[in-house]
Amino acid sequence: MADLSVNLGGISSPNPFWLASAPPTNSGYQVMKAFDQGWGGAVWKTLGVPVVNVSSRYGAVNYRDIRMMGFNNIELITDRPLKDNLKEIEEVKKYFPEHAVIASLMVESREEWHQIVKDVENAGADGLELNFGCPHGMCERGMGSAVGQEPNVLETITSWVKEVAHTPVIVKLTPNITDITEPALAAHKGKADAISLINTIQSLVGVDIDQMVPYPIVDGKSTNGGYCGPAVKPIAQNMVKNCAQLEYGRLPISGIGGIENWRDVVEYLLLGATNVQVCTAVMHYGFGIVRDLESGLQQYMKDKGFQTVNEMVGKALGNVTSWENLNLKYKIVAEIHQEKCIECQLCYTACEDGAHQAIGLSEKSRIPYIIEENCVGCNLCSLVCPVEECITMERRDNGQEQITWKERTENGTIPTTFNDPLAGGRDHWVPDPKDAFNKE
Amino acid sequence: MTDFKRPANPQEFEENFEQLHPIMNATQAHYESSRCLFCHDAPCINACPTEIDIPLFIRQINTNNLSGAAKTIYESNWLGNICGKVCPTEVLCEGACVYNHQEVKPIEIGRLQSYASSVAINRNKHLFEKALDNGKKVAVVGAGPAGISAACELALLGCMVTVYEAKELPSGLALYGVAPYKILNDTVLEEVEYLQKQFGFHIKYQHPLQAAEDFEQLDRAFDAVFLGIGLGSTRELQLEGESLDGCWGAVEFIEMLKTLQHKAMVGKKVVVLGGGNTAMDAASEACRLGAEQVVLAYRRSKDEMRAYEFEYELAKSVGAVGLWNVTPLAILGEEKVVGVLFIETRTIDKKLETIPGSDYTIDCDMVIKATGQNKQKALVQLIPGIQTDPSGRILTVNDLGQTHNARYFTGGDAMNGGKEVVNAVAEAKVAARGIHQYLTENQG
Repeated sequence: MADLSVNLGGISSPNPFWLASAPPTNSGYQVMKAFDQGWGGAVWKTLGVPVVNVSSRYGAVNYRDIRMMGFNNIELITDRPLKDNLKEIEEVKKYFPEHAVIASLMVESREEWHQIVKDVENAGADGLELNFGCPHGMCERGMGSAVGQEPNVLETITSWVKEVAHTPVIVKLTPNITDITEPALAAHKGKADAISLINTIQSLVGVDIDQMVPYPIVDGKSTNGGYCGPAVKPIAQNMVKNCAQLEYGRLPISGIGGIENWRDVVEYLLLGATNVQVCTAVMHYGFGIVRDLESGLQQYMKDKGFQTVNEMVGKALGNVTSWENLNLKYKIVAEIHQEKCIECQLCYTACEDGAHQAIGLSEKSRIPYIIEENCVGCNLCSLVCPVEECITMERRDNGQEQITWKERTENGTIPTTFNDPLAGGRDHWVPDPKDAFNKE
Repeated sequence: MTDFKRPANPQEFEENFEQLHPIMNATQAHYESSRCLFCHDAPCINACPTEIDIPLFIRQINTNNLSGAAKTIYESNWLGNICGKVCPTEVLCEGACVYNHQEVKPIEIGRLQSYASSVAINRNKHLFEKALDNGKKVAVVGAGPAGISAACELALLGCMVTVYEAKELPSGLALYGVAPYKILNDTVLEEVEYLQKQFGFHIKYQHPLQAAEDFEQLDRAFDAVFLGIGLGSTRELQLEGESLDGCWGAVEFIEMLKTLQHKAMVGKKVVVLGGGNTAMDAASEACRLGAEQVVLAYRRSKDEMRAYEFEYELAKSVGAVGLWNVTPLAILGEEKVVGVLFIETRTIDKKLETIPGSDYTIDCDMVIKATGQNKQKALVQLIPGIQTDPSGRILTVNDLGQTHNARYFTGGDAMNGGKEVVNAVAEAKVAARGIHQYLTENQG
């Protein structure tokens, strides 16, 4: 069995699976239950300034028969008394001394920050997470994402915390910003020990078209919430990658956003996260999913020969580059494996209407064929095909040649005018516009 | 031995004849519709005689556009709910579903179709606006699937339609001939009532046309006629004992069952003659009525039966026992049936012959002959100019269902010799459009 223990900026935990600060960590009962089932850490539901929550707090994006592809909430930080939370943190640590209990915090003044840090550390918290990400309700009061969107303020508050903190400090970043590396660098300047990202994305999750009010509806009105769940994973992964690739000012990362299964965990680790945090999947399926996270990660590590989680961290980063460094000589084309084809012709429609008219149909058979000279290797057909491995993308260049946009720029061989013969699509065949009328 | 107790009341009847394709609930419909791939040039559409845009209505169900789904269905098929339940989908749309290539369960198209159309029926959704009255009057003879389909289409096109029906209730074999486990009588009648409300055609019940004068009157009162007269009674086998008490034609047996429900009569030991789908139905039905023993006897081999595989499986699953390569020589008994004298057969050089000396008797108190229906020859002969093929099917002069008498169009069993409900619906729709075209062209 591989060693799953991790250490994020000085906070150790028996495995990389943490619960994110959210409803699943609202109470000692939930955190104990989660640890008992196999979670390695929990970031407590944010403690801080007093709030009042509304009834009707969540909304969801369902996709066909899949519920909660995306999830949105307008819930604020904890509305339970601080003393109750502190007592429960203490209790949890008594039973689970090796597990990571992180206190998520959100207050306003320097004095308040100093006081609450002292309180939670006295209760036994292993680390602190500064909630600079919440994009609804709290930001209007100058907290949450209002801080995360102002790198200077973020840096200042982080340094206030660092003045008194004895445990490691994680800064949680908001994705509601143009360049995620700016707040990441500000956290570094403020001497944070780690960053966690992403918090939720400001969102509306659809509109009740009878009442004409967005969800969730609070007595006929609604407001923007924070978006999370599987739908946000691609956005979060890109941001994690950006922070992980920083050459200067890089901090250890706790990856958050749409994690639901072991594969998601592996992806985040390969993109540079030291551990991960999960919320929506637990709100959907409960703590039990950790069993799949653990067994899947174990199997993957065994298959790949990793002894520790840390060995995996960032393994994909070297393969993420900027567009200008991609090989323009690389050429793939689609190939349809006839024996696997179920004749749905989705690839035909997708290519015909949505891409490059590089798939044809014959009179004899319902199995489409590739018109290789038109195929730009875009992958679309292989993505819409409902059968695994039925359409594969096959390499057609010789694998020897390489030229990138950057190199062409240096060579002076890039197209520079609108009708430049050096431009890419010049020799690419497209049908005559009027041919549109001759199709079914 | 069959597994069914003789049903003593409507509830027990319903239990014995439990619906094969019950109406889906909204959750089932949502999950099932989610699976549809939305194929290009979808094979399911091509497999449907009415060419319903199946991927579209399934998508509409999935987006909760149920009226849109029902409209997509009814635009192509006026008996959307009935067909969803009684169509042999296994060999039509669902048999063509591309999932079959992957050994994934095909989409339950029939049930989805019934779901969407029954929602429209239950909510009495008015989906279609009739064209303005074009002043043309059309008579429809027969309120079976073909007649109802033609009536809807003609009314939509702006014709005044009157339907003449010999029986007390509409829907023809969809009501009197389809096995009760496929569809309930009420379901059939509700769809016709829904259509009638929407299109306002009039049905004259118990109004058989029996004499040449009846058709002369039609000719005077109407601009054109659609003949949806279907087929007649069960064909005689010319066997000794065929008129004994307890010897039934399958069509008559099923009609009796559909009318009397739990009070329907059935023998203790039943022999069903035939190897087609009607034979399978009759055997299933006899089992479910509580017959102790049901033998399905077919003169050729099992593989040569015309019945769909799933229909045979269904009959077998409720206790009917197949007996192949036997042909009846006589039906035995004094007043009542007591048995059937069979002789074994074999096929030599593609010719079926009996094996001398191989005759034997099977005791029974009921015989059901599922050996085909007569054509309505006598009725057709009353109409001047109409021609039939040697088997008695009405001939048409074009693919619009027009007969040799230009004012008469036809479709359904009377023309095709006996196919599915969905074929009748499709052919009648085409014929109705043919009538409209004929009347419009003749206008000026």
